[in-house]
Amino acid sequence: MKRGAIFLGIAALAAAAAAGEIPLAERRSGYEFMGRDTRAMQDEDATNPGTLWLLDGEALWSRKAGERSCADCHGDASSSMKGVATRYPAVDAKGRLLNLEQRINECRVERQKAPALAYESRDLLALTAYVARQSKGLPIDLKIDAKTKDSLEAGRAAFFRRQGQLNLSCSQCHDDRWGIKLAGNTIPQAHPTGYPIYRLEWQGMGSLQRRLRNCFIGVRAEPYAYGSKEFAELELYLMWRARGMKLESPAVRP
Amino acid sequence: MARTVVNMPAQAKRGEVIEIKTLAGHIMETGFRHTERGESIPRDIITQFVCTYNGTEIFSADLFPAIAANPLITFTTVATESGTLEFKWVGDKGFTASHSAKLTVV
Repeated sequence: MKRGAIFLGIAALAAAAAAGEIPLAERRSGYEFMGRDTRAMQDEDATNPGTLWLLDGEALWSRKAGERSCADCHGDASSSMKGVATRYPAVDAKGRLLNLEQRINECRVERQKAPALAYESRDLLALTAYVARQSKGLPIDLKIDAKTKDSLEAGRAAFFRRQGQLNLSCSQCHDDRWGIKLAGNTIPQAHPTGYPIYRLEWQGMGSLQRRLRNCFIGVRAEPYAYGSKEFAELELYLMWRARGMKLESPAVRP
Repeated sequence: MARTVVNMPAQAKRGEVIEIKTLAGHIMETGFRHTERGESIPRDIITQFVCTYNGTEIFSADLFPAIAANPLITFTTVATESGTLEFKWVGDKGFTASHSAKLTVV
């Protein structure tokens, strides 16, 4: 009886050791799990539908909103915004953790004196895609310091927390079972390397938070609200988990 | 005016087969869906795409509700002479979009 309990204890320990973070060298972008056609669609601007949002974003960049346009302060996005998306979510001057969408809105409200764009609106997605695009091909380069450490730990805890009616954590699928099938689809590793993405299922562009809501609903859990602190923390952990991987924005996903 | 993206070579040899890729921004609402209140969402799709090469139609397509949003249409043609290719999309609710591109044949 006692031996049985010890054996079970060892088995549980072994399972715990097998579970957990993916070794850095084994990380793969969602791109590598896609079919040939979808990859080809992403590879070229002429076939990537995200281009339609990029063109909108480019127009919005130099269009005056409120008191000034983005370009009035930041100039040419291809130089001023290069690498910016690799560093978000980040903590602003007031100590709030903001993702790229929220940072753009902060700039709109405080510098441009224009109303904030609605989360998931076409204009916010277009501007975010345009800014993120300037970092395409650059490695994710988050700064984890005293200001972001607690948020990272909160995000990590959320990733490993079992939740919803199905009582599943993010980690159970995306760390432990990536590469195998969930219904007809291959489970990816959940690296946010291409956001905002053009998702074929959505027939449109969407943010990382929209994608995360999808997973929450999938495990029958209540999703966090758009723009919430919890979502920013989870985004921070996901970006940290994908540190060093190259950004593909705007990516195409099935 | 809707966003359109056309990608094709600017220059080609006489007799060469060139590939043309077109993308048009459109929601392609099928007409089969309903709102949360049960009201039907009217159909709003691109119904026709036509490409002319120096005024002569070289490719056309009829589009239907099963075609995805932001339709990507790719086709080929033979570069016969220098000139202009005109692309035109027509759809429901008076939708029109157009694009033109120059081709130099050497």
